[in-house]
Amino acid sequence: MTVKEQGIPLWRDDRFWKVALQILAVLVVIAIFTLLGYNLNVNMQQVGIEFGFDFLQSQASFAIGEDLTNYDPSDPVAGSYARVMFAGLINTLRVVVVGLILTTIVGITAGVASFSDNWLLQKISQVYVEIARNIPILVQLLFWYLAVFSKLPRPEDRLSFLGMFYASKRGLYLPWPGEVGRFSICAAVLIVGAIAAFFVWRSRVKAIVIKGESGQNQSMILWVITAISVLILLFGLGWQFPHEPTEIGEIEGGLRLTLEISALLVGLIIYTGAFISEIVRAGIQSVARGQWEASKALGLKSNLTMRLVVFPQALRVIIPPLNSQYQNLAKNSSLALAIAYPDIYSVSNTTFNQTGRPIEVMILIMTTYLLMNMVISLSMNQLNRSVQLRER
Amino acid sequence: MWCVMTMRKFSAFLLTAAIAASLAACATPPESSSDGEGEGSSSSTASRLDAVKERGTLNCGVDGGIPGFSYVDESGDYSGLDVDVCKAVAAAVLGDADKVEYRRLDSTERFTAVSGGEVDMLSRNTTWTISRDTEVGMEFAPTTFYDGQGMMVREASGLKELKDFDGKTVCVEAGTTTELNLTDKMRKAGVTPEIKTFQQADPAYAAYEEELCDGFTSDKSQLVARRSTLSKPEDHIVLDVTMSKEPLGPLTVNNDSAWFDVVKWVTYGLIEAEELGITSKNVEEMKSSEDPTIKRFLGAEGDLGTGLGLENDFMVKVISSVGNYGEIYERNLGQESKFKLDRGLNALWTEGGLLYAPPFR
Repeated sequence: MTVKEQGIPLWRDDRFWKVALQILAVLVVIAIFTLLGYNLNVNMQQVGIEFGFDFLQSQASFAIGEDLTNYDPSDPVAGSYARVMFAGLINTLRVVVVGLILTTIVGITAGVASFSDNWLLQKISQVYVEIARNIPILVQLLFWYLAVFSKLPRPEDRLSFLGMFYASKRGLYLPWPGEVGRFSICAAVLIVGAIAAFFVWRSRVKAIVIKGESGQNQSMILWVITAISVLILLFGLGWQFPHEPTEIGEIEGGLRLTLEISALLVGLIIYTGAFISEIVRAGIQSVARGQWEASKALGLKSNLTMRLVVFPQALRVIIPPLNSQYQNLAKNSSLALAIAYPDIYSVSNTTFNQTGRPIEVMILIMTTYLLMNMVISLSMNQLNRSVQLRER
Repeated sequence: MWCVMTMRKFSAFLLTAAIAASLAACATPPESSSDGEGEGSSSSTASRLDAVKERGTLNCGVDGGIPGFSYVDESGDYSGLDVDVCKAVAAAVLGDADKVEYRRLDSTERFTAVSGGEVDMLSRNTTWTISRDTEVGMEFAPTTFYDGQGMMVREASGLKELKDFDGKTVCVEAGTTTELNLTDKMRKAGVTPEIKTFQQADPAYAAYEEELCDGFTSDKSQLVARRSTLSKPEDHIVLDVTMSKEPLGPLTVNNDSAWFDVVKWVTYGLIEAEELGITSKNVEEMKSSEDPTIKRFLGAEGDLGTGLGLENDFMVKVISSVGNYGEIYERNLGQESKFKLDRGLNALWTEGGLLYAPPFR
């Protein structure tokens, strides 16, 4: 007690050091960044370049291969660098969104298949994971692009499948909903139907488990919803089928995917899917053996055990690492420039080269990818929270 | 408890030491950089020229994938017109044409490499344009090859002129002037082809060979050179359209005139040597020539080299190692090479070409 009242010297005080070291660390970081900024400034002055984002308003005047945003290189306003980078961003988002959905399906399927009782299915899953995981993504992209998709036949000898799908060096042609208006109405109906079906399903389970009823009324409603949805899917969306024109020429109608986006998507999905498969496998293995045994003892079949007992518990382990795989997919999409797909990184590359503004453009790209990945991360954290165990 | 306390203190001590060390390490660069920058802005003594001399090697940015301009062979040796320009500068500055470190750069990273100082000069078939000279912050030495943008197609495709390209696919390399010219010229011709922009030349030509694009556009010389590496060169033709002027030459970073002057005058020297009839074979005899122009040029008289910060006989070293412009051209692109390109615009002004060196006096 007396020692404390006398006070210990400052340099032996733990609290002082804790604060001082933190301040020091902050100062060091600030110093480093100031130094870098100063250095940059000096170097830019030396070659006579001024930092600024004004160049984004000037006309880019280079065309890009794929565009959904009405970017027009011949127009001073609709053809600015800002517009071309926006077009690139949309191209990136297109790949990332479609890629995330499909890679999840591929990954979970392969992961679950690795537990299958079916020997062949299990081995296929293993071989897929080992091959896709151990080859660099860039090599895989070039493989898909130059060794697979570019070996498709010339447009005049195109492959066709059921008269609905076509493939040639011009691209892949798929059936696609036609009008936007009709499509949105039908999509809205389908979503409402899905939500309704979910609640009916819940009340059916409740009825069976708690009230001990047969739940037949609810089953009837479910069947009706399903039937309506199928009808809408088939006829309501206004599918347009690609068809061969009477004379020799382009295929019309439907959706055309260029070989670049196809190769990029397939490459990213297969690569990321392998990692997701391993994550799913790890998640499933983390569920205690007793859960499997208990569920079997209750008489549940293998697929029901997986769906009702094991998988929901595995999700808790799966989602956090899944998040980083999603982010990896988003980041790896920047490899598009190797195979001529005009994503944001590819157009930015041309932009900084034409304008001589690597620093500004790099800042823009980094911010874009950062924001994109933060959105992915935030939504995954939200999802993670919803599947965590609630302790009561 | 005592043990825990000391451990914590010890780690705190370690942390302090580490931070102090990193601070010390950080403290050095600002001093040295501010020194260099101070000298650079007050006088031109902190030139890259001194840096090159001190280092003893020249870092030269090249493409490395275009036969005739810069190409790496199986044994890792570089050859080509662009490479010979690097060698000439190295011979002039360091007295040895082999003291060159080549850096293979793709078209999008080349300017950053120059302004970042990764390479001292770029000799990578780069087109001289006003925006590169001003906004990008480069300084262009004299043109070493006057070129024009062309279009290569498969002969069987029946494509003859730009008007035929509506709805066709054209492959192009990213970050090039060709990318812009293509958009402009196609607009002028009133057609909208689909454009595939590749980051690197090799996948781009691979895609062209796989018939993913109907045409490939680039500088004509490059198309001719690249055609020779395709699997069946005779199936491809370079169309008789010239889409642009493409003056290609070496370049350095802006605002370093001492270094820029060296690169500029060595390049001019190659041209002047041809005009004066000095070749790698007769350069030693020429030193004792009666002609005062030749004597001055070779440093036997006057002190032209000193003004550049070089030895007076720098051109002797250059010519004895790589030869004059004519020799370089014939060796890499002309009759002695597999391309057999005519001199065309790249002849001396006295022979109807565009090559003209200001007087060496």
